[in-house]
Amino acid sequence: MADAEVRPDFIREDLPTGFGVVEQPLGFRERVFALGWVRKGLLLVAMALVWEGYARWLDNSLLFPTFVETAAAFVGSLRSAELIGATLRSVEMLLKGYAAGLALAAVATAFATATRVGADLLDTLTSMFNPLPSIALLPLAMVWFGLGDGSIIFVLIHAVLWSVALNTHAGFRSVSPTWRMVGQNYGLSRIAYVTRILIPGALPSILTGLKIGWAFAWRTLIAAELVFGVSSSGGGLGWFIFQNKNLLDIPNVFAGLLMVIVFGLLVDNFVFRALEQRTVRRWGMQS
Amino acid sequence: MAGGSAETLLSVEGLTLQYRTREHLVTATYRVSFDVLRSDRYVILGPSGCGKSTLLKAVGGYIQPVEGSIRLQGRPIVRPGPDRVLVFQEFDQLLPWKTVKDNVLFALTASGRLKGREAAERADHYIAKVKLTAFADSYPHMLSGGMKQRVAIARGMAMEPQILLMDEPFAALDALTRGQMQEELLQLWEETKVTLLFVTHSIPEAVRIGNRILLLTPHPGRVRAELGSTGVDATGADGRTLSARIQSLLFDEQPINGSTAHG
Repeated sequence: MADAEVRPDFIREDLPTGFGVVEQPLGFRERVFALGWVRKGLLLVAMALVWEGYARWLDNSLLFPTFVETAAAFVGSLRSAELIGATLRSVEMLLKGYAAGLALAAVATAFATATRVGADLLDTLTSMFNPLPSIALLPLAMVWFGLGDGSIIFVLIHAVLWSVALNTHAGFRSVSPTWRMVGQNYGLSRIAYVTRILIPGALPSILTGLKIGWAFAWRTLIAAELVFGVSSSGGGLGWFIFQNKNLLDIPNVFAGLLMVIVFGLLVDNFVFRALEQRTVRRWGMQS
Repeated sequence: MAGGSAETLLSVEGLTLQYRTREHLVTATYRVSFDVLRSDRYVILGPSGCGKSTLLKAVGGYIQPVEGSIRLQGRPIVRPGPDRVLVFQEFDQLLPWKTVKDNVLFALTASGRLKGREAAERADHYIAKVKLTAFADSYPHMLSGGMKQRVAIARGMAMEPQILLMDEPFAALDALTRGQMQEELLQLWEETKVTLLFVTHSIPEAVRIGNRILLLTPHPGRVRAELGSTGVDATGADGRTLSARIQSLLFDEQPINGSTAHG
């Protein structure tokens, strides 16, 4: 072997040292910027600054109030309990509609999972109704259910039902065949099979459906309240916005819009993010 | 067998299995017969396409035979059940939403084997047996492939099933880990004497793991031979090693069946 002469074998007895520590803690800056909420918070501050700058340059608080004015109106409306009342009223409607939508979605998914005709029906109905904006059904709902909670709950159900049912059903179908076989292997009953294999296995899709459904419902609700916010127990956020626009109190309109956004952020970051952290992320099913 | 009184645990007779794909009705095995005795390490060996995984799923109760029968202690197998626990090749056989310990516990409680403290003790015992006590509270995605397979084996063994069905459990592992896992499996068998039905396409693995090796030829799977193994690749009377004999039985010598005889 000529190779051994060109490249003789060797064994090292003393390995090089002097690389410091193998695991070095990151610097303060790097650790702070690794936090998502810090980065996003900084972005929000930057956007507020841009807003403030543009509004001051425009100098027309009727068209576009500054951030400071909006914040003042926001705090003022919060103090007067007007905004809080409107928000609570909206949230109450939202929860009613969302819960009803989820219940119907559960029934639809169960039917679709159990039978083939159910699956076909869900597929067809979803492709028919999912592209139809819920708010387009509001005129019809007003004829059927009158000017009241009934109409709003009807459109909310429509907003929630399809995305949740579709995503849950798709999630069930994509549950790994190995998990299914494992479930059968240990002799799970039908109900235990659904609650202990199918639902956790499909949880990433289910959560996506819940998130989309909630966003659709929130949008639809605010839009529906713009059309008619008055019912027995007063108007919601949409109505608050509409009324203040009629009074030309534009900072308050912005405050109402801000509330819609803030509530959306809160739900997304605290409710859904927390759910994801505790479940699918912790389980390594979503990174 | 040593002891001489080993009973037949699993008996497969004239088993023909078929499954449907989108376009074809595939015959996976044709009139396969064999017997597994208690505490056997019975290996089913064959190239891909010999229906060995389908055969294992049929023993698991997931596929119904077209012809023939599978009996466990004389009773025909009709559905999956916790007396025949499967260990799969796939790493995703652990439920990712449960920790290592909960995966083992889940098997014990869901099947109604044990509950409460007894179940917890049994789970701890078998997790310790596969040397994963330190990882009992970890989620599966934090483990390496070999560790996941060890958890799956612990889960299967904790059930103390009549027979442990293993479908190429080490095929997706790297060669070093595979060798180590084979060694550990043999040690576990020494301790528990659990009956194994082990499917593989690797001749060295079959020789090392099995005390009986069933050779299947492909398309469809038919029994070519059943050989004994001592765990080492011993040289037989014909001067060839066991793995060389298996190699030629599976790939070289065509069985003479009338029209296709050649010399």
